[in-house]
This record gives sequence, C-alpha cells and structure tokens, in this order.
Amino acid sequence: MREVAIVAFAQSDHLRTTDELSEVDMVMPVLHQVLAQTGLRTSDIGFTCSGSSDYLAGRAFSFTMTLDGVGAWPPISESHVEMDGAWAMYEAWVKLLTGEVDTALVYSYGKSSPGSVRDVLTRQLDPYYVAPLWPDAVALAALQAQALIDAGETDEPALAGVAVRSRESAAANSHAQVKGSVPQGDYLVRPLRKGDCPPVSDGAVAVILAAGDKARELCERPAWIRGMDHRIEAHSLGVRDLTDSPSTRLAAERAGAFERPVDTAELHAPFTSQEVVLRKALKLGDDVAVNPSGGALAANPLMAAGLLRLGEAAARIHRGESDRALAHATSGPCLQQNLVAVLEGDAQ
Amino acid sequence: MPEVEVLTAPLVVEFPFTRSLGPVQSAFLTGLRERTVLGVRATDGKIMVPPVEYDPVTADELRDLVEVAATGTVTTWAWNPEPRRGQPLDTPFAWVLVRLDGADTAVLHALDATGPDAVTTGMRVRVRWAAERTGAITDIACFEPHESSEEAGQVAPHAGEFTDQVTGIVTPARLDYTYSPGRAQTAYINALAERRTVGERCPSCRKVYVPPRGACPTCGVATTDQVEVGPAGTVTTFCIVNIKARNLDIEVPYVYAHIALDGAGLALHGRIGGIPYDQVRMGLRVEPVWTEGGRYPDHYRPTGEPDADYDTYKELV
Repeated sequence: MREVAIVAFAQSDHLRTTDELSEVDMVMPVLHQVLAQTGLRTSDIGFTCSGSSDYLAGRAFSFTMTLDGVGAWPPISESHVEMDGAWAMYEAWVKLLTGEVDTALVYSYGKSSPGSVRDVLTRQLDPYYVAPLWPDAVALAALQAQALIDAGETDEPALAGVAVRSRESAAANSHAQVKGSVPQGDYLVRPLRKGDCPPVSDGAVAVILAAGDKARELCERPAWIRGMDHRIEAHSLGVRDLTDSPSTRLAAERAGAFERPVDTAELHAPFTSQEVVLRKALKLGDDVAVNPSGGALAANPLMAAGLLRLGEAAARIHRGESDRALAHATSGPCLQQNLVAVLEGDAQ
Repeated sequence: MPEVEVLTAPLVVEFPFTRSLGPVQSAFLTGLRERTVLGVRATDGKIMVPPVEYDPVTADELRDLVEVAATGTVTTWAWNPEPRRGQPLDTPFAWVLVRLDGADTAVLHALDATGPDAVTTGMRVRVRWAAERTGAITDIACFEPHESSEEAGQVAPHAGEFTDQVTGIVTPARLDYTYSPGRAQTAYINALAERRTVGERCPSCRKVYVPPRGACPTCGVATTDQVEVGPAGTVTTFCIVNIKARNLDIEVPYVYAHIALDGAGLALHGRIGGIPYDQVRMGLRVEPVWTEGGRYPDHYRPTGEPDADYDTYKELV
C-alpha cells in the first residue's frame, strides 16, 4: 500500500462567538498557515476536500463561500462532505492511495455560535420516531452516561476526573477555549453536569497529506497513516448497547490499532462519559497519553473537532513527542459512527 | 481600517418535512393512533419496538408484525430540568429508553415524573396516550410511572392493517439563528444605506468584488482594500421576465439585467426601468434609482449616455 502521511496541521483559536468573522474569514488564515508550513501553493495541491454543515450557522451552501479562501481558480479538483473533516480526510487518503495525486489539502470548520447547537443537532436524528420529540444532544449523551453508571463502568466523580484532566491538559494548548480549573457546575441533563459537556465553539482546522518521498520532502518527520477505517452502528438508540462501541473497536481493528500499543490517543469524546466508552473499546492502558490537547471538552467546533484529533495526533509525531498515535473521530448521537486512524513517525 | 460593529439579524429556518412511510412504519404509527403498539420480528427472532423496515444487522426486509404491551421497563434515563421547545413535556421530565413488555429493544420518549428521585433504571412505566392522535410518535404523549409486573414475553401476531391507514407524516422543524454576515458584507450593507456601493479589491489580482465576500476566490487571499464603484454602470447581459412573481408588484414584461458598475470587477444584477422592455440592450448605460427608505436600489434606469463599447465590458459578460 502507498505510504501517505499528514505533513502539516494548523488550527484557529476556538471561540464562543466570532460575529466579526464570516466563515471564509475564519477558515482562510488556517489554510494559509498550513500551506506556508509546506511551502506549497494551492496550484501545487492535487486534491482538496472539506467538511462542514450548513445547519450550524444556518447559511446555505456555506462551503462554496469558504472555497473562496482556497483560491479555486483555475478550477481545482475538489470535494466536500457534510460531515466532520475527519471523513473528508478519509476521502483524501483514499484518493492518495489510488496514486492519482501526491498531495491533498483537507480542511473543515464549524460556526455554531449563530444558532442553538443543542436544537440544531436534533435534526440529524431519525425523522419518523425520534426527531419529532426534539431530544437534544446533551439529553442523548446523558442517557448513555446513566447507562454507564448503571453498568458500574463509571460514576460522577470519575466523569468529573475526565473533565478536570482534559481542561488541565488544555492549559498548554493556546488554541483551546476552555482550560485550567473549571467547576463542574450544575446538571444540564442529569447525570451530566456543565463540566461534562463540551463548549459551543467556532473554529477551523486544516491538514495537508502527502505520499511517499513527497511527504519526506515537505516534512521533517511525517506522521504516516498506517491505517484508517470508519464504521457505523444502528441508528436506533434503543437497539444499541450504549455502554460499548463495537463500531470503534472494529474500525480500530481494521486500522491496525491493536497490532502494537500506541503511546498517544486523541479521542473525539465531546462528553466525559464517551471517553469511558472509547477507552474500553480501544483497550487503552493507563500508560497512554489520552487527549494531551485537551480534546473536545476544551474546544468543540462541530465538523472540525474530529479532524482536530487527527491533526493534534500528527503534530505530536511531527514534534517527536509520539512515535505511534491513535486518532479517533465520531459523528451522530452517542458515538453512533466512528473513525480510527493509526499514525506513526519514523524511528528517531 | 476603523472598527465597525458588525451587523446581525434574526434568521429563522423553518420547514415542514413531508415524508411517506414504508409498510412497517405505516402500521406502527397508525397503530399508535389506535392505542396499539406494534413491533417487528427481526431476523434473529428479537422483537424490535419501534419497528424498522429492514434488519439492522442483516438488512433483510422485515414484515412480521406483532403487538406488544403498553407497559414496560426503563433501561436508562436522564433528568431534563429545563425542557426545550418541541419536547414532549413543558415541565421538567426524564428522558427514558423504555423496553415495552414483549419487546427486545427500547423506544426513546419522555417520562412524566415528579423529580429525579422518582426515577430509576428498571422502574415500571406505561404509555400515556395523547388525547388527540394522528398517527405519529407524539401520539404517545409520554410515559408515566405504573406499578405492574412484567408480562411474560407474550406477543400476539398482528396483520398491521387498520382502516384509514396513515401513509405519511408532516414534521414541522424550526431553527432560530442570529446571523452575522461578517466584516466585508457589513461594510457593503452599511455603505448601501448611504446609497454608496463599496466593493473590495484583491491585493493580488486587483479585481474588485461587488458585493465583497471577504476573499478573492481566484487568489485565496483576503480582500481588505475598500473601493467605491459606480454609481453608473453598463448592462452586460439581460433577460425579459414574463412571469409575475408572487408578492412583487411589478408589471410584466420587465427586464432583469447583469450590470457592471463602473470600476467593478464583476457584474451584479438588478431590474431595468424607465425604458420600454424591448429597447434594453447590451452596453446600455444605467444608474441606480433609490426609493425613500430603500436599503438598496429599487431599479436601474438609462443615463442617456451613448452605449458602452463591447470591448470595455466583454470580460464581465
């Protein structure tokens, strides 16, 4: 299989509101940064793929506006997914594996501040049996958290511990939104307190992928993608075992995650309880550094938070802080769909 | 550049989703109207409530319907202290997954309980039917606590046939936003309020974008250099509209045109007035006509200047 690596990563600061920025204003600096890291220009890029959702800001076809920030004329080879950018990166990776192109630019963004994201996310649910009840994202995560507590997998103090560790780690992340000492606060939907839930964030992220020698040329220590896979579970919550994530486990298996231990894991767990599920599914030991960036509890720009995990894991390898890292992204309620990638650096 | 407060405006996205139902969904939702809860037998023999058209594991077509009880057991719950718009109850309630007696899977709904201390996993509940039922999941108003022992997994086969079967649902959806167009379009709209048209120039290719979008789509860089264009311009192309638009008090036929304002790098569009529709032509010189209190030009009319030479606007057609 062709060797493909993440060779550059950039992100915006993640903020509660960005009224003064249109979506392209938010994305463009990140695109410029990631191109500058490699010295590539838009015209050098073989394939461009982005991820976003128009429902977040309520602006139709916003992704065509953000494409302005790429400089897409003369016409470029381009694609878009109405999903987290992690899935855009999956598409770009496949495109590179075919040998058709040697480089790809992948970016995604979410501007949730104009709307009420808890309500917006209800619109992704089963339209016949679930969406008419308007169960918001926190409520569904809380059902999963209670199931975990009932099963003896966790308790409220343990969940608070995940929140504290994540925000303490985020203190070293200049782009993070919620960091340091943050009180757990009141219940939003019991058993989840405010501290168990992610912030509402506006933000953007971009990575550049390159194959083989091109990757070595563009990056001192490329983060080689050893495997990547994504899997989905039944859409009815009442059919699933909410205390487990077989789709994550299967994606990890197929990505080769269990062949050798990883030293780092960037998990896309917007709620503290979901980290409990993912740790179990991925069989992560206590010696693995989980979410050294702070994770989605520190900054959760929807549609970007998954690609951020891939980027953060790659950046650790670029900096020589990790040799083998797992990156995970999720989509849908209660970890319905999951993507796992395994990244490695060459021996130091 | 001086700091200007960005514009914001309420934006409501509202749409009724009209969906047709498959045979299993139709039977289930019609059944709710008739106070009957139906499930479907999956390939592995398990009873799924709510029922689905296709097996979640094998994707087999499922059609074997059964009737289950309106009583069941809570499998997990979450206390919702502040109900949100559209949710089943407007007083604090518990979200619950309930496995109805006879079913092997759980249905999501609300539980009307006095407080979180009154809710536990494993508690017994029953359906509270809505007074008015139409064939929708909301025909279950909510669940309520109900002391009863779990009925043994007895389920009765059901043909899934009712008179006046529901074949579709209409689900209204509404999302509220406070939209900001960002810096570039705020400047454009503010200038328009002063009857000026202000675009932005690309620092790389020098093209002037009207209205500005904040970035040059050719070069991928920010356009920050503000340039006033017009007020006059040239018709680059046009069409004759013969269909009267709803809520638009304009006599047909009329002309809608692309107009390249002087100094602009691309054409915007507007209506042409003050000239018979069949005399409008490419190259016609026009100027904006403002109405009292108008936020943008009502239409454009001829300036009386000689027509522009084709070479002066051919790049903008």
